[in-house]
Amino acid sequence: MANSQHTAPLTPIAARVKALEAILTEKRLVDPAALDVLIDTYETKVGPRNGARVVARAWVDPAFKARLMSNGAAAVAEFGYQGRQTEDLVVVENTPAIHNLVVCTLCSCYPWGVLGLPPVWYKSAPYRSRAVMDPRGVLREFGVEVGPEVEVRVWDSTAEVRYLVLPERPAGSEGMSEEELASLVTRDAMIGVAKVTLPRR
Amino acid sequence: MNGIHDMGGMHGMGPVEAEPKEPVFHAPWEARVLALTLAMGFHGRWNIDRGRYFRENRHPLDYLSSSYYEIWLKGLEALAVDAGFVRADELAAGRSLLPPPNDSPAATGPAESLAIVKKGSTYRRPQTSPPRFKAGDGVRVREMTVTGHTRAPRYCRRRRGVVQEVRGIFVFPDTNAALAGEKPQPLYSVRFEGRELWGEAAGPKDAVFIDLWDDYLEAAT
Repeated sequence: MANSQHTAPLTPIAARVKALEAILTEKRLVDPAALDVLIDTYETKVGPRNGARVVARAWVDPAFKARLMSNGAAAVAEFGYQGRQTEDLVVVENTPAIHNLVVCTLCSCYPWGVLGLPPVWYKSAPYRSRAVMDPRGVLREFGVEVGPEVEVRVWDSTAEVRYLVLPERPAGSEGMSEEELASLVTRDAMIGVAKVTLPRR
Repeated sequence: MNGIHDMGGMHGMGPVEAEPKEPVFHAPWEARVLALTLAMGFHGRWNIDRGRYFRENRHPLDYLSSSYYEIWLKGLEALAVDAGFVRADELAAGRSLLPPPNDSPAATGPAESLAIVKKGSTYRRPQTSPPRFKAGDGVRVREMTVTGHTRAPRYCRRRRGVVQEVRGIFVFPDTNAALAGEKPQPLYSVRFEGRELWGEAAGPKDAVFIDLWDDYLEAAT
């Protein structure tokens, strides 16, 4: 039986990319082996697990949290998470009185070193257009209800400063290890469109 | 430019649709576009601001109907032609029509590529004079019509805010994108109340923080 994934012709866009890569390779401007390692880095090595470890450490280690809040890039470099799109990192902390939400209305700026590459919705017109104007409505679409007494702070990433939300540690997690805590922290919570919750029992 | 990319505050784009268990890439070509864009950027013939400008300056219909990595592909093709790396007829033919010029830079290898992304590239520059504003100062975003690249979103122009923090000295995107110099200057985190930006439609406890360069701002009481 034919494997359609291998016999199907390339889509027009895939063919266009393949042609561009061939031209640039022939001109010796790119090395396909270098492209492979770059892809592997962002597909399998850099991702939101990085940020989750940072958050869990901040929850259990007050001295680390203080370093993280005063210089985010230096603090995440302690984990080896420095690099492209995380050169200047500002961490904003959610509290019972303040909820933070991160967006890039102009393009797709996102803290790659701690969260990896952004999801499609973060780069999409609906999120970019409304997050700054109707943050509570956007949060509701993610299932997050923020009370009227809570201040909502939206961070529009217009410069080379990247933002990471430090979510609230969930009640009932007091006995959990740092590793268990990290497993609770989601990408969406670190963008500010979700809260961290304990698994349902 | 007052382009379609500058989306903050637009209506009619529909609900936010998150994809459960979303893959990093939705097709192999998306991954190649990301890597090609990074690798071609290593040559230093353009910078991050010029890269953004070449993605955002598309016709609005094209911008809105292209997927994210399609925009990156079209931007990279345009950058490569603009920098003289390839000719438009080569892109149309889908193959190289002439040998690489003698002064062409060499491809960056795998190990060096990894080292570059791990190191990052800061756009922070040394401070040579005190910033014009300090935390707590009232500011207003200038009325401005910039035909090239700018990072002052339309929705905050002419609006009053308060400097929350001085971020430091950073390369100025407007000139950097035009390859007209870095013009380093203070960058401020400015807090805008939701009602200053959106009127009564905004909640009384909503605020938007925007990173804005010195050239975008004027003093306001």
